[in-house]
Amino acid sequence: MTAVPLLELSGLTVDFATEDGGSRTLLAGLDLTLAPGEALGLVGESGSGKSMTVRAVTRLLPPAATASGTVRFEGRDVGAMDAAALRGYRDSGVGLVFQDPRAHINPTRRIGAFLTEALRHNRGLGRREALARAEAALAEVGLDDPARRLRQYPHEVSGGMLQRVMIASVLLAKPRLVLADEPTTALDVTVQREVVAVLDRLRRERGMGMVFITHDLDLALAVCGRVAVMYAGRIVELRSADTLHERAAHPYTLGLLGSRPSVDVRAERLTAVPGRPVSAFEAGPGCAFAPRCAFAAPVCEAAPPALLPFDGGLVRCARAEEIHAVRTSKEATA
Amino acid sequence: MGRLLLRRLGGLATTLLLSSLVIFGSLYLAPGSPENVLFGSRMPAAAARAAARHRLHLDQPLPVRYWDWLTGVLHGDLGTSMVTGQPVADRIGAGLGTTLLLVLLTMLLVVVVGPALGLAAALLPGRVDAVVSSLTSVSVTVPPFVASTLLISVFAVRLGWFPASGLGDGLGGEIGGLVLPACAMAVLSCGFLGRVTRNAVREQVEREHVQTALVRGLPRLVVLRSHVLRNALAPIVTAVGLLTAGTFASTLVVESAFAVPGIGQLTIQSVAQKDFPVVQAVALLLVGAFVLCNAASDLVQAVVDPRLRETGSTS
Amino acid sequence: MKKTLVRTARRTAGRLGRSGIASAVFLLLVLAVAVAAPLLAPQDPNRGSLLDAYGGPSGAHLLGADGIGRDLLSRLVFGARTSLLGPVLVVGVSLLAGIPLALAASWYGGWVDAVVARVFDLVYALPGLLLAVLAVALFGPGLTPAVAALSVAYVPFLARIVRAAARQQRVSPYVDALAVQGFGVLRITAGHILRNIAPVVAGQAAIAFGYALLDLASLSYLGLAVQAPTPDWGVMVSDGDALLKGYWLPVLAPGLLIVLTVLALTVLGARISGDKPPGYLKRRGRSAAPADRTAVGAAA
Repeated sequence: MTAVPLLELSGLTVDFATEDGGSRTLLAGLDLTLAPGEALGLVGESGSGKSMTVRAVTRLLPPAATASGTVRFEGRDVGAMDAAALRGYRDSGVGLVFQDPRAHINPTRRIGAFLTEALRHNRGLGRREALARAEAALAEVGLDDPARRLRQYPHEVSGGMLQRVMIASVLLAKPRLVLADEPTTALDVTVQREVVAVLDRLRRERGMGMVFITHDLDLALAVCGRVAVMYAGRIVELRSADTLHERAAHPYTLGLLGSRPSVDVRAERLTAVPGRPVSAFEAGPGCAFAPRCAFAAPVCEAAPPALLPFDGGLVRCARAEEIHAVRTSKEATA
Repeated sequence: MGRLLLRRLGGLATTLLLSSLVIFGSLYLAPGSPENVLFGSRMPAAAARAAARHRLHLDQPLPVRYWDWLTGVLHGDLGTSMVTGQPVADRIGAGLGTTLLLVLLTMLLVVVVGPALGLAAALLPGRVDAVVSSLTSVSVTVPPFVASTLLISVFAVRLGWFPASGLGDGLGGEIGGLVLPACAMAVLSCGFLGRVTRNAVREQVEREHVQTALVRGLPRLVVLRSHVLRNALAPIVTAVGLLTAGTFASTLVVESAFAVPGIGQLTIQSVAQKDFPVVQAVALLLVGAFVLCNAASDLVQAVVDPRLRETGSTS
Repeated sequence: MKKTLVRTARRTAGRLGRSGIASAVFLLLVLAVAVAAPLLAPQDPNRGSLLDAYGGPSGAHLLGADGIGRDLLSRLVFGARTSLLGPVLVVGVSLLAGIPLALAASWYGGWVDAVVARVFDLVYALPGLLLAVLAVALFGPGLTPAVAALSVAYVPFLARIVRAAARQQRVSPYVDALAVQGFGVLRITAGHILRNIAPVVAGQAAIAFGYALLDLASLSYLGLAVQAPTPDWGVMVSDGDALLKGYWLPVLAPGLLIVLTVLALTVLGARISGDKPPGYLKRRGRSAAPADRTAVGAAA
């Protein structure tokens, strides 16, 4: 890539100071690049470090956390920004759609106040002009009767509507990058698809880049060009969305896809990955996924595998070749 | 909002009615008949005693007397003092203004100093927080009467800036005499409000919606004003309501300490003289002030937090 | 046996923290002084000679003497007795009345709970000081009516916390498990629920003790509770005459003792219920990346 990437993370690591004076690693050396207008999915279970990534990118880490490595936005080092530059970056560079709109929108103020405050304080717009834009944005995200919505309080509308309000607030800021942190997890199943569809459509129309964080691999495949699967604070597989289904190589990705191939005689079909997800600090010296992996061998416990190119993507697995060989032979015979 | 108001008013009336029943009933079930107060240590003749009982309506059954008293109160007739013979309403009227002024002065001090301390502690973690928090945790344990003695010894006796007891002439003199009593009551309340403010602001600073505001690049002062302080207001308002109510109760002590001629002092005097009609009336008045403060703080809370308006409950 | 004792002591100390331990030690000291007052007091607290009136600290009177020549130190030592006895009674009676009421309300729910909650709210609406003043109007001045009235006034303060905590326990699975095993109401509430919420109750009781001490001292100061010749901290503070003549020690020494005792009680109460000391946030490690969440108000 010759052009300056929109977002570039290199060696991003986040450690947490614990109460007893120790420290725990939540994110262990993340490398990611996002081109302008590209959508990237970040998929993993809870504790995999997805949300920490968002916080590190926006410099919203809790006080007990320490970050190292660099975050570059359009080539500028986010960690080195002064207060004014940081405000500008947060205002028009990056927009955030949070998981739980109820918690993330001030419950004591009207929706109109929420939508217009950034326009008025950061862009110097007048009240009337800001309200008119907010009304238009609400119509764009598909809310009926937007003028009335502006006068309502957050508790007077449903969770799905409130998430659209959140999306509208991001649209109003016109950022180059949208970070969506599990934007549908707190919503009813029936409205999840609609909200994702709205987000996807508006992002494409405006050519905004997006990092879409979710634990739902299928959802990520539907809206993103590339998908990074995370486990225990590391990326274990990175691949384009249209080839992931056929070419997934990491056992964890295969587990998430619910298509675990049987290499052994034991052929019980599992739709979920067995065991409990671990965080980076809980992992042993070897591969963090080894304790839950059906293909684990002594080599996996010995040293952490590296993220290496494989079959058109990047995979962090010592036995990727063998697993691939078994899979392809199975499919050939089938 | 309207329904909440009605509910609160209903609850207020019920509480007042019940407490008036308790106050009236208990005072007349007291050992030693009230008419003895009139005779003092003299042993009256039976006829004179009966006449006195009749004059005080003591010969009628309790419910009738309560009803007469209650209808009287509702018409502004609080009865007659058994000690001075003046109408109770006059005796109370003479001190009410002073007491209200004293409570107002105290609360003015409290709502300025308390939140300022709390804000400083909440927004400047580390040394400032440690110093202010120690200060407030000590000051919440200084009762008004101990603070009174301290203030009298320093500002009245040693420095002579304010009178140690009583009030001067005119509004200026009255306020001058009320400064020390107000400070004496404010010490504890400032500490309390400071702690409440600190904790409320700390809690809001950590809230998700504040992160949203920050990540949208809003200026810090705006985030502080329209998100942190705006939302921390509810517990602060509740505390102010409680403290105002508590200040009314504290006037019993502080007005006696500084010889301020308000209704607090009147209550203590009347208790000592067993002047039951006065005690009844001031007790009811104080309970009324107490309940009113709590109800008012509930209503202000509903104004501050729109979520409380529909459900109509604050718990 | 000895080992478990040591372990328990160590665990308790860890829970209380430094300020909690200091408070507990101070309170134990005051308690010991109150119990052993006749042994510790250098002189008869009620006998004075006018020759010593307002005498400063000397060999005969370590802290000096009051307006009628009574030994100040001896009066402070004996004053600890009445000053602590009243609050002990208030908190004891309120707990005895409040805990069963609150447990019954949380266990049975429904109308029992509604009635109890209403009554608590009503009593809570009446300031304790006013109730005590009314009681004094009825029965005449003295410690007994004041303690009786405050006991009633403090029931809701303690019982509301017990009710809320017990309600949380009531819906937890272990209570259902016990009920299924056939344990009775009394056994479950007293043996299990009350045990689990004991720290909360004890903490609130310590705080109530402090407030009751303040209220009773205020009443004694007004001449409505403990009566004048008896040595009591509240009564001693009411010596306005000494103050006006410029002798501050006879007034401020008992005042200081009241403040310190109440301070120790509130600190201890907060630690027992599990609150963290105010400064704990700053010890949670530094962060290299600017932490914007805590620095909202700091000068940018």
